[in-house]
Amino acid sequence: MVTIKRKAFIAGIYEHPRREIPDRSVAQIHAEVALGALADAGLSLSDVDGYFTDGAGTFGAMSMTDYLGLRCTHSDSTETGGSSYLFHVGHAAEAIAAGRCNVALITLAGKPRTGGGAGFGRGAAPEQSFEGLFGMSGAVTGYALAAQRHMYQYGTTSQQMAEVKVAASLHAQHNPHAMLTKPVTVEEVLASPMISSPLHRFDCCVVTDGGGAVVVVSPEVARDLPRANVTVLGQGEAIKHADNGRIDLTYTGGVVSGPRAFEEAGVTHSDIDYVSIYDSFTITVIETLEDLGFCEKGQGGRFVMDGTLVSPGGKLPFNTDGGGLCNNHPSNRGGITKIIEAVRQLRGEAHPAVQVPDCEIALAHGTGGSLATRMGSSTLIMAREGA
Amino acid sequence: MSTQVPNSTGLPNLAPTIDPATAEFWAGTTRGELLLERCPDCQTVIWYPRGGFCPACGSFSAERFAATGTGTVYTFTVVHRGLGEYSGVTPFVIAYVELDEGPRVMTNIVDCDPSDVHIGMPVRVVFHDTGQGAALYRFAPA
Repeated sequence: MVTIKRKAFIAGIYEHPRREIPDRSVAQIHAEVALGALADAGLSLSDVDGYFTDGAGTFGAMSMTDYLGLRCTHSDSTETGGSSYLFHVGHAAEAIAAGRCNVALITLAGKPRTGGGAGFGRGAAPEQSFEGLFGMSGAVTGYALAAQRHMYQYGTTSQQMAEVKVAASLHAQHNPHAMLTKPVTVEEVLASPMISSPLHRFDCCVVTDGGGAVVVVSPEVARDLPRANVTVLGQGEAIKHADNGRIDLTYTGGVVSGPRAFEEAGVTHSDIDYVSIYDSFTITVIETLEDLGFCEKGQGGRFVMDGTLVSPGGKLPFNTDGGGLCNNHPSNRGGITKIIEAVRQLRGEAHPAVQVPDCEIALAHGTGGSLATRMGSSTLIMAREGA
Repeated sequence: MSTQVPNSTGLPNLAPTIDPATAEFWAGTTRGELLLERCPDCQTVIWYPRGGFCPACGSFSAERFAATGTGTVYTFTVVHRGLGEYSGVTPFVIAYVELDEGPRVMTNIVDCDPSDVHIGMPVRVVFHDTGQGAALYRFAPA
């Protein structure tokens, strides 16, 4: 058995010396304790490649990674109340043992005494008042900002973005559970109401109730189970953030998560038989395909033309369940359905009309948060056992 | 630097959450100043305001200075379906403005037809008072 025993060491600690801190924000206290523990360790913020904090309130690893200016290849916002930080040490040791990060930073901060709020005293996320007051109340506006810049910088067109929706709709017609089962044309996408330019209604995913679940087991357990024939080859993750106001909206965290997943999996792009690409909006797919290396940067719009994403027959069949654009986006979170359809493909249990023949290796990619501010990106590569 | 002007666009002036790290920034907006922070150790101009902490080098001694208040549109969207307080004011423009000092700032473009907004457009800051100790920094054609 692989364990964490002697695989990780506690290098630095710091307890904030004050008990009433009315003159600091909660985020500043996170920064103070981070700097204190790193100084104790003889390290600096730029050495940190793994970040752990609780998820209480509106905080979490995405906001604090942005605030602290970190560049992390591993993140964890496990929230288990006061015990969170002991979970975090265990999870950090696992990550270090697995080579996913080398310097893990764990922080806690709050102001229940002087913060004027009840509960844990986390307050609002530090960026909230600089992003939340201008009408960015829905996700679509942020992705529209990204799409507009991508079109300006690379010549991507609304027609090319529409091709993504068309491919998803061709798949969804075979899924009786899909929210939208009617195939649409590029013209119909462009004729649908403009929601937030340049994104039309049909550039947006559906809003659905629902959920999903996944069970992951050890090889020993898998041996005795009849359906555990899909194995994880590799995974990469990153939080891409606003970069101290130098944000570039034309790429995603996939530029970090993708190469790490491919390297760990030991496969190349030509080995991938099927992809589940998070499709909150059509632009999400185009930027992600570029960042994962399926085409050159800026060529995503051209790449998706001519049925590239359509199964069967396309060069890179994607989202054969109809994706978030047509099938399902449960709880406004599409990540789990990306995993589920990839597993169906590897099992050979996708709808026969969209099943990729002899599907042996699949990639699933999730994008959480916003292309316009900060996002969590994760790339997962899986294989049918024996492939 | 521009001074307070009436909010001619009809956009809601939502009040920010003011905390110890941002109190001076928001006080500046009521005087018609867009205050940025610059780190004396690495010279980085910081956005959003962190009250002294520099995410580029970990220093805690950044100092405030008044921005020129001018910049260009980095990207934008014309919102046709707003939510909450913004539901009744469509179409309106959300943008990232790249300040002359470097940072890209999320904001609204006001005082012009939304169809005239374009990437690269020169803009200057205007302030819309919330009446609660802060003004929202928005941008109009320069």
